[in-house]
Amino acid sequence: MTTTMYDSLVGILSQLGVYQILSGFLPEIVIRIMLVLAIAGVVATVASLILAYLTWLERKVLSDIQQRIGPMRTGPHGLLQPIADGIKLLVKEDVHPKTIDKWVFLLAPIVMFVPVVVVLAVIPFGKTLVMTDLSVGIVFLLAVSSLPTLGIIMASWAQNNKYAVLAGLRRAAEIISYEISMVLAAIGVVLLAGTLSLPGIVEAQTGLPYIILQPLGFLIFFIGLLADLGRIPFDFQESESELVAGYTTEYSGMKFSFFFLAEYLELFVAGGILTTLYLGGWNGPFLPSWLWFAIKTFIVIWVILWIRATLPRVRIDQLLDIGWKWLLPLALLNIAITGGVLAVM
Amino acid sequence: MMSGYMEIALITIVGILFPVIAFVASWLLRPSHPNDEKFTIYECGEIALGGDSRKNIGIQFYLFALIFVIFDVEAIFLYPWAVSFGGLGAFAFIEMMIFIGVLVAGYAYAWKIGALEWVGDA
Repeated sequence: MTTTMYDSLVGILSQLGVYQILSGFLPEIVIRIMLVLAIAGVVATVASLILAYLTWLERKVLSDIQQRIGPMRTGPHGLLQPIADGIKLLVKEDVHPKTIDKWVFLLAPIVMFVPVVVVLAVIPFGKTLVMTDLSVGIVFLLAVSSLPTLGIIMASWAQNNKYAVLAGLRRAAEIISYEISMVLAAIGVVLLAGTLSLPGIVEAQTGLPYIILQPLGFLIFFIGLLADLGRIPFDFQESESELVAGYTTEYSGMKFSFFFLAEYLELFVAGGILTTLYLGGWNGPFLPSWLWFAIKTFIVIWVILWIRATLPRVRIDQLLDIGWKWLLPLALLNIAITGGVLAVM
Repeated sequence: MMSGYMEIALITIVGILFPVIAFVASWLLRPSHPNDEKFTIYECGEIALGGDSRKNIGIQFYLFALIFVIFDVEAIFLYPWAVSFGGLGAFAFIEMMIFIGVLVAGYAYAWKIGALEWVGDA
């Protein structure tokens, strides 16, 4: 069994003698719920801080590539910019049209945000830094990380705005075209690792990350991930040059900002997923395991930002052609090759 | 074996609390000066046409959705096969290739009749 964050915390608390005091007057299950809740709170808070600075990082990387300097006024090198943005969005008036579907409109940002936070529970950030080691980890991961799309479609449908409806429809077409290839590409990883548990998959990559054994699978998964994130070249949920602000057209204030936050948290989670499945997770010499995870994750994020600065958006028919006529057959081929080699060996 | 799912339940609660707290805080802090202009739908032109935007969706979406469902179910069958592949050997591989082959035949048919084309008369 993998050591989880809860186990580590209990270990530290028993050494300090705090756990013994607590167990004197509280039943074990209550302590467990309290501690796990505290861990969940810390994980979500740290992730929120990271994502706040991802917005800063994205602006800086993009401006660097475009030979601008990006945000500089708020704090040194614009480091306080995310906080200023947050305050601005918090006190912004909530303007929306009369014809919206009120409850769906309110629920959509929550539906988009919550699954991304939930995914954080299964990603192994370090050797002992994982909240829970599910026996079906990778299936859970792929299932939950595709749920935010529901939030996007709900939002677009609730607004009764033609730009938003178009964005939502395109998003639906996009997600069904790329989800399959992604899920099928990940089967190559499962075949090699022989387990569905994410810490197990990371441990199986000790010495040899799967990007070397599964180059085709990695490529398919990465392209699928870009589509899943709704990033350029697949940002059909936004398409700001043709659909105004896409699925967030009628949103403002805090409701808008949660779509924004969810997108950046997804970016971080996507880096984590790719690192875990293909780049060897927290494996690496000398440095502590969490630092290896962070380095690999930020390299992935940087590449995604780089792609955003470099590529144009594909057309909707090209998007579907790439998904259905290239990625899907290649993903099936990848399974056949991987399975075939493993069966012969 | 349901161990490890308590963490999922609790982080879900934390995940819901984040937006709820932020929405309430923003509701308390933000100004509210509604007027008729702000209630209109964002559109090009001086006066919004309004009406219901949610109608007449292209039939292509349904075709893609149908093929998606087929392959998604296939993927679910593949996961248990992949995880226990080490103990099953060559026979399991051939069996799964037949299973995938049947689906690929359907996929090739869909491609041939033009179900995978975005621009069509449909």
